[in-house]
Amino acid sequence: MATLNKGKSHDMGLHEETLKGRTQQRFFSAEESENLTYFHSFDVDTGKSASIDAQELTPREINRQIRELMEQGIGDITVDNPMSRHGVGVGILNRVNLTFSDSLGYFGCGLIDGPNIHINGRVGWSCGENMMAGTIVIDKNAGSTFGAAIRGGDLVCRGSVGARTGIDQKGGTIIVGGDTGAFSGFMMQRGRMIVCGDAGMNLGDSMYDGVIYVGGEVEELGVDCVPGELTELDIRYLTSKLDLYGIKTPNGVEKMNKYVSGKQLWNYDKLEPHEKKLIL
Amino acid sequence: MCGIVGLIHKKSDGTENIGAQMTSMLQALKHRGPDSTGYAVYGDNNGNQVLRFKVAEGADLDGSFDIHAEISNRLEKVESRLKELGVKIVSKQAPTEYAHRYEIVYSGSMKKLADFLEDIEGVEILSIGNSLELIKDLGDASVVAGKYGLNDFDGTHGIGHTRMATESDVDIRSAHPYWAYPFSDISVVHNGQLTNYWTKRRALESKGHRFSSDCDSELIAVYIADRMNGGAELEEAMKDSIEYLDGVFTYLVATKDQLGMAKDVMAAKPMVVYEGEDMIALASEEVAIRTLFDHRIDTFDPYHGEVKVWQH
Repeated sequence: MATLNKGKSHDMGLHEETLKGRTQQRFFSAEESENLTYFHSFDVDTGKSASIDAQELTPREINRQIRELMEQGIGDITVDNPMSRHGVGVGILNRVNLTFSDSLGYFGCGLIDGPNIHINGRVGWSCGENMMAGTIVIDKNAGSTFGAAIRGGDLVCRGSVGARTGIDQKGGTIIVGGDTGAFSGFMMQRGRMIVCGDAGMNLGDSMYDGVIYVGGEVEELGVDCVPGELTELDIRYLTSKLDLYGIKTPNGVEKMNKYVSGKQLWNYDKLEPHEKKLIL
Repeated sequence: MCGIVGLIHKKSDGTENIGAQMTSMLQALKHRGPDSTGYAVYGDNNGNQVLRFKVAEGADLDGSFDIHAEISNRLEKVESRLKELGVKIVSKQAPTEYAHRYEIVYSGSMKKLADFLEDIEGVEILSIGNSLELIKDLGDASVVAGKYGLNDFDGTHGIGHTRMATESDVDIRSAHPYWAYPFSDISVVHNGQLTNYWTKRRALESKGHRFSSDCDSELIAVYIADRMNGGAELEEAMKDSIEYLDGVFTYLVATKDQLGMAKDVMAAKPMVVYEGEDMIALASEEVAIRTLFDHRIDTFDPYHGEVKVWQH
């Protein structure tokens, strides 16, 4: 049985219990090499290209063909005619350049960890849900719950997005070139959201942490969301991040407004340095 | 879950194959609701009215030895009452034993006609209109389109629905679209749940409106009809409905020359819109709209509390 060192929250009388049971199990060992790579994670060469015509394929067949190409070491894959199908480009756990030549439906490119994805069209609801790392760049608009629960990486929509963008965001960066709908940043916990246009009502409702930048008008702030001070560091960050994707904000980054959580939560606010949370 | 679609050709002369277009859209949304499929399509207006009605549920055919005789009896009563009201029947079609289409000439009260026919046990009016034809039945779009010959239907616009039954039965009565009784040419499809259904239903019933089902979506049709009867324009009635209705919803309304969409303030139900120069297509999922095109298109999601109306 391990005994925790006391500090901060323990001084307040919290967490006095001795951990036992599942919390004491060893889930990961650095000595076991198989634990260091994902199952179905492939070593690919981005100099090798291939394409898939998805016109007559089901989502499962599209995903299987992407995986088979990666298994062959191909690291630059184009999917033609995805026809707005749902759930494609999901669960990719290695570096690969993946291009969709047209729009995707719901839950596109979710649960990814590493790929660089370019969608030459629009995406439906929940694009990039739970992404861990990598980039997704969408040339047109996106539906609601864009980037739900993302933990890392850059999720970029050059157009406008629907409601509940970045709901439950736990890290990473969401960039919206246009407007975002109601309840964006709802229950946001970490990471950054950059909205170059307007934001709908209840922005950042019930957010614990993280930062939201808005270039246009905000219809209404949600509970716990308050204006923050835009610092020189913020401006440098916004400039470099938007330049990276060639996105302009109408009035310049210096005129953007910053929003943060107005709620003080011991575990979030005291136990970890603020900047550490932002870079996750 | 349910899936809804809408389609309008703004400059059409009525020769667009609306039926086939809507079938392809609705079939692409089959996964959102396989229980029933419905169409409200707007076709040629030759001055006569089209009366769509049913005299039984499809399932009734398997439930009674006497049902065939009973259906004949109900049809005789329908025709007798039409004659009594001075309705001239121009033509009759029966896509199924229980669902019928009469082209009629009638200049009297629409409410009187509807009430008089629905007074016959088992008879329900699906729609009355100069250009509206409302067809709904159990099964997916390919089944319903095949049964009713919808793939040959030409017109200007329409709305459709594929239903996953949640709060009422799997039958034709609870299937969408709903006709906005007793007003000709107005129909509604809805995806969502209305939480103030019973409160508002009782209020509208006290004003004399009738409900043919216990499906919450019918409330929208009756509310829109009530407002338009009071002189409101479609867009005004739809904007007011955002506050009037409580719950999560996206719905579509069609009239003889308009197509409108409304989304609740939480934006909790999906809707994707394609706005072309001539054609407007709306659907719960873009995958439905894509069935109409062999090239890339631009689409967008309407925002919370948004109402849009397009004119033919």
